[in-house]
Amino acid sequence: MREKDRLARFEQTILPHLDAAYNLARWLTRNEHDAEDMVQEAYLRAFKFFNAFRGVDGRAWLLTIVRNTCYTWLQQNRAHEITTMFDEEIHSVDSDASNPATLALQSADQQILREALDELPVEFREVVVLRDLEGFSYKEIADIVNIPAGTVMSRLARARERLKQFLCNRPKEDA
Amino acid sequence: MDCKDAQNLINGYVDGELDPVRNLEIEHHLQECALCSQGYKNHQVLQNGIKTGPFYFKAPVDLQRRIQLSLRKAVKAEAGHRVLPKWWLTIAAPMAAAAIVVLALVPFLRGPSADDLLAREVISSHVRSLMASHLADVASSDQHTVKPWFAGKLNFSPPVEDLARQGFPLVGGRLDYLQDRPVAALIYQRQKHFINLFIWPSGSDSDVGTKTVSRQGYNLFYWTKSGMTYWAASDLNNSELQEFVQLVQNQPSPKS
Repeated sequence: MREKDRLARFEQTILPHLDAAYNLARWLTRNEHDAEDMVQEAYLRAFKFFNAFRGVDGRAWLLTIVRNTCYTWLQQNRAHEITTMFDEEIHSVDSDASNPATLALQSADQQILREALDELPVEFREVVVLRDLEGFSYKEIADIVNIPAGTVMSRLARARERLKQFLCNRPKEDA
Repeated sequence: MDCKDAQNLINGYVDGELDPVRNLEIEHHLQECALCSQGYKNHQVLQNGIKTGPFYFKAPVDLQRRIQLSLRKAVKAEAGHRVLPKWWLTIAAPMAAAAIVVLALVPFLRGPSADDLLAREVISSHVRSLMASHLADVASSDQHTVKPWFAGKLNFSPPVEDLARQGFPLVGGRLDYLQDRPVAALIYQRQKHFINLFIWPSGSDSDVGTKTVSRQGYNLFYWTKSGMTYWAASDLNNSELQEFVQLVQNQPSPKS
C-alpha cells in the first residue's frame, strides 16, 4: 500500500505544523470557521503535492500552501481586502520618528494591539505574523510570500509603524 | 550612520537580519542618539508585546481529527479509482499480468502503459477537482485574466482560449500536478459538464496525434502539439468532447 505509506509519512512530517497552519489561516481570514476550512483544504492540497516536497522545512512548505489557499479564498470572497496600492519600495516610513513618544504596553493594551493587527492590510498582517509569531527569517518569509527580502523588511517597517501609531493614539483612560 | 539610515535599518536590527558591520554601526548610533534609542526601545516594546501577547491561535482540538479523516477519504477515493468493479478485475488482472510480461520482455514498448498510468492520474485529478470544491484557483471566463495568472506559477505559458462562442465557455484555471510536475489545468463547461484541459510541455518537438480512451465513465483525449502535451478529461459524451478537442487544436499555435 504505497498510498498508505505516503499518508503515514505525510502525517508524520506535516501534521505537527497544524497550529502554525491554523494561526496563519486565522490571521488571514480573521474568522475561526473559514480558517478551519482553509487549513483542511490546504492539507488536502499539500498531501496531493507531497511528492514535490523535498523535506527541508515542512512548516515553511505547508504555510506556503496555506497562504495560497487563503489568498485564493480572499480573492473570491474578500477581494476588497487585498490591496496592492501601497508603495512597497518606500523604505523610509512616514513616521513621526524625529520625536517618538514613549511606548509602554500594559496588559489592557493587548486588546488594542489585537485590533490594530486585525486592521492591518492583509499583506502587512501576514509578514508580522510570519516574523513575530512564527519567527521566520526575512529570507523564509520572502519565499513563503513570494516577494523580495527587501520588500519583507519594508512591509514590516510600515506594519510596525502603523501599529505603533495605533497604540500611541489610543485613548488614555487609565491615566 | 545618521538618524535616517538608522531608521531605515532599525527593523532589520531588531530582527537580527543585519550584517555584522551594519549591526555595529547602528549600535554605535543608538548609544549616541537619544531619539533613535527611544525609537528602538519602542520597537522592542511592540515586538515583545506581539510575541508574548495572547495572539497565537492554536488549532481547535478536533481539527486534526477532521483533517486526518479527510486525508483518509482522499486516499480511499484514490484507491477507489484504481480498484474497479469485480467483473472488470477478472479481465483486468490477466491483462495487467500480460502487460507486465510484455513490459519485462520488451522495455521499449513502454508507451501505452505510461499513457495508461497517466490516464488514471488525469481522471483522479479531474474527479478531485470536482469533488473538493476546488475546480478553479482563478475563476474567470476571461482568457486575459487566466493566462497571466499562470505566469510565475509555471515555467511555461499555456495557451488559453475562451471557447464560449463555440459553446464551451472558459470557467477558470488551476494549478495541478501530474507526472511529478506542476501542470496547467483549464476548466471549460458544456451545459452541466465540466472539462478539465491539462497542459504541460512535452519536452520534445515532435507532435503526437490524438488518442482517446474511456475509463470509469470518463472520456479522455490526449495529444501533443507544438511542444505541449494536452489531456482533456470529462464526463461529456465522446462526440461532443471530440468537438471540443478539435476546437482547441484549431487554435493558433502558441509561440514557444
